Amino acid sequence: MTPEERALFEKRRRRRNIAILIGLFGLCALFYFVGVARLLRV
Amino acid sequence: MSGTAMEPGQGGAAPLPASYDMSDVGDWFALLKPRVMTLVVFSGLVGMLVAPGALAMHPVLSGTAILCIAVAAGAAGAINMWYDRDIDAVMRRTARRPIPDGRIQPNAALAYGVILSVASVTLMWLATNLVAAGVLAFSIAFYVFVYTMWLKRRTPQNIVIGGAAGAFPPVIGWAAVTGDITLVPVLLFAIVFVWTPPHFWSLSLWAHDDYARAGVPMLPVTHGAVRTRRQILIYTLVLAPLGLAPWLIGFASPAYAGVAAVLGLMFLRHAVAVLRDTQDEAGRSLTGDAPARASFRFSLTYLFVLFAALAADRLVFGP
Repeated sequence: MTPEERALFEKRRRRRNIAILIGLFGLCALFYFVGVARLLRV
Repeated sequence: MSGTAMEPGQGGAAPLPASYDMSDVGDWFALLKPRVMTLVVFSGLVGMLVAPGALAMHPVLSGTAILCIAVAAGAAGAINMWYDRDIDAVMRRTARRPIPDGRIQPNAALAYGVILSVASVTLMWLATNLVAAGVLAFSIAFYVFVYTMWLKRRTPQNIVIGGAAGAFPPVIGWAAVTGDITLVPVLLFAIVFVWTPPHFWSLSLWAHDDYARAGVPMLPVTHGAVRTRRQILIYTLVLAPLGLAPWLIGFASPAYAGVAAVLGLMFLRHAVAVLRDTQDEAGRSLTGDAPARASFRFSLTYLFVLFAALAADRLVFGP
């Protein structure tokens, strides 16, 4: 693996990790808001 | 700190696993077939908007329902790409997809699709009701098992029956609001169901060589272009009056009927142009399939405008 490939690998891994974190936080927030909305509806 | 620690980006740094993941976030997004997802989301949204009580639904719940429909469609697309990676690799149109191009490992794509499928169905159940979640789960299973694994490689009727999978979103949208399935969502299902063959066969007319190379029994490959052109016209002849059905059952106003009639006639004109395209003896186009390409483009416009007209009609003239 050349240094350029290594740098690209690290950059993409960082982006993937950030996307996963955003997805997980988004899912937590969504569960919270869905729970609140269902409680309000009931 | 000692100078022995290697930083990322330096040659000879900490070793990487034998098969390291070079996929980018965009590759994972592409795995969800975002263009297909657009149409699915739109038809699901229309199913929700025309359902009684749609405006009274909590926006978080309706937004979540749409998100679930989108994610489920994407998940089914990812599993489809996992299963079809062998034929995707030999078709020009699909060879650059993340799996055949080697950017995403097949098993990772499968896991991704399964996890998103389960998550979207579960969240749909929590946010709306069991009927919507059940139809959502059924549509994913239908697309994966019936269309992708069973029909696609076996019969030229693949997209006729398999097209049902793409017709479920308006039913899911309606069920998410009302918790039941009545005649109107069934009609919306029927419209998308009958619309799918002329839409897809127009594409397969000019992608004929790709499908033939991959051994996919699309109608132009198995029965020739002439028969396909006739079938496109037949389905369009059924679709045009079917578009009027919401008005005929008293669900939509004459204004909608006018839009549906004009769209139906325009689609018929395209289907006739496809039939009359300049052809060789085998029915292969001598014009680069220009009418089929135009028909494919118009079929997308047809569904978008027809459904948008129905949603607008209900918002303006509905109860």
